[in-house]
Amino acid sequence: MRISTFFYTIKQGIINIFRNKWFSLASIATISACLFLFGLFFAVLMNVDSIVKTAQEGVSVTVFFDEGISQERIVEIGEMIDKRPEVAKKRFISAEEAWETFKVEYLGEYADGFTENPLADSASYEIYMNDVSMQPALVTYLEGVEGIRLVNRSEVTAASLTGINALIAYVSIGIIAILFAVSIFLISNTVTIGISVRKEEINIMKYIGATDFFTRSPFVIEGMLIGIVGALIPVGIIYVIYNHVIEYIMTEFASISNLLAFVSVETIFTQLLPISLIMGVGIGFLGSITTVRKHLKV
Amino acid sequence: MAKNDVKRRKKIAVANDEIITLKNVSKAYATGAPALNGVDLHIKKGEFVFIVGDSGSGKSTMIKLLLRELVPSSGEINVMGYDLTRIRHRKIPKFRRNLGIVFQDFRLLKDRNVYENVAFAQRIIQVSNKEIKRNVPSILATVGLAGKYKAKPRQLSGGEQQRVAIARALVNRPSILLADEPTGNLDPKNSWEIMKLLEQINENGTTVLVVTHNREIVNAMQKRVVTMKKGVIVSDEEKGGYIDDED
Repeated sequence: MRISTFFYTIKQGIINIFRNKWFSLASIATISACLFLFGLFFAVLMNVDSIVKTAQEGVSVTVFFDEGISQERIVEIGEMIDKRPEVAKKRFISAEEAWETFKVEYLGEYADGFTENPLADSASYEIYMNDVSMQPALVTYLEGVEGIRLVNRSEVTAASLTGINALIAYVSIGIIAILFAVSIFLISNTVTIGISVRKEEINIMKYIGATDFFTRSPFVIEGMLIGIVGALIPVGIIYVIYNHVIEYIMTEFASISNLLAFVSVETIFTQLLPISLIMGVGIGFLGSITTVRKHLKV
Repeated sequence: MAKNDVKRRKKIAVANDEIITLKNVSKAYATGAPALNGVDLHIKKGEFVFIVGDSGSGKSTMIKLLLRELVPSSGEINVMGYDLTRIRHRKIPKFRRNLGIVFQDFRLLKDRNVYENVAFAQRIIQVSNKEIKRNVPSILATVGLAGKYKAKPRQLSGGEQQRVAIARALVNRPSILLADEPTGNLDPKNSWEIMKLLEQINENGTTVLVVTHNREIVNAMQKRVVTMKKGVIVSDEEKGGYIDDED
């Protein structure tokens, strides 16, 4: 392709956008609306995901040992735990440490009345897992290990977190698929209208001997440019909204904000911006190329 | 493939100086009677040929076949060495570049000026901007529109619009100019001017095919006339006239 042809094609694509202002606006609005919903959903999703992850990281299994267990056996059990694939990390909490923590958390100044450690047999391993869903398997295993008296676990939390994770995955795949399909359908309709307006032009081009590629290119470039604009607008809007909402929650609901750490706007947008752009360009490309193809059989 | 094409074209070029050959060509649409029925037509390089006939005679089908907009149901069509029954889809653009086409309704791009409408044909075949700037004014001068290159189609008369269409058809220097009812929308004076222009183009070496209803012009110009009726050629005369459809 000649350089002048390349620029001519790009120029025609841009001129087409302005020549059919209303169709272009309709297409941009369509893509914007879909990507706006997607962006909102994406931002919420990332936050929920981050909250769930933080919660998961806090889920642990604690094992206590039989009374009078030897120090060697405790080390042995520790090594067995380390070998399990479910285990991300474990921490040994000695009886003294447990007592200190307990004193600070629950007793305060009343602790002075105790001369001996009432939690003498309460040394434990605190075990963190790679994945919360692995907890039942790990617990079953631990309960069978000799020398372990008690396995404390947070079954409800683990089960519900696993459930939330799966739900989020399904819902997000579903919503993204629907939004994508709807956008392509709407874009295809808009391009069809735009093309029927320019059917004559396409006809003339074909009669004069334009290749399919040459005929198609300005429409495809037009579709992709519309896709880019259609992606940037909602990302910009979401950026502003997101910042404001977080600021609002932080000031109005200070108590919640301590519990929930929001994902920073930068983290979200380093992902949302490229994804939206790719989706916008993809929708514009697919929408225009499939529609032009239908009308190229001259 | 490309090699074969060249071979085939050469063979035909050597065999005779025919630029358009139809051998026993029939075209039937899904519904109704055949639009063309066993048509044989041979046109030599540099000829000026009128194709006349009433609506339903098969003229339009013939034009569509020559443009390879349609494929014949049977028979062979050869245009400029291209076997149109076997030509591959991606070769069609290249084939059409050697064919100038003029329509009754002009088919100009209404949102572009005269210059851009003609330059458009050159852009499509990827001529450089520099050459376009040289070619377009010269062709506009040939059709007598040198001063109107900035005008939009709606600012022009029908005759002027048809001249733009002819300029667009000619700017890529085609071997054949196909004109489908070029004077159908024009008054007698403009019709004559367009015909004179087509004759002049023919004198410069381009093969010209004109499909028309215009009895007066056909009778006056004394060119080869191919008359069609109900899908067959009923007469083909050198220096012929318009045959009235009395029966």
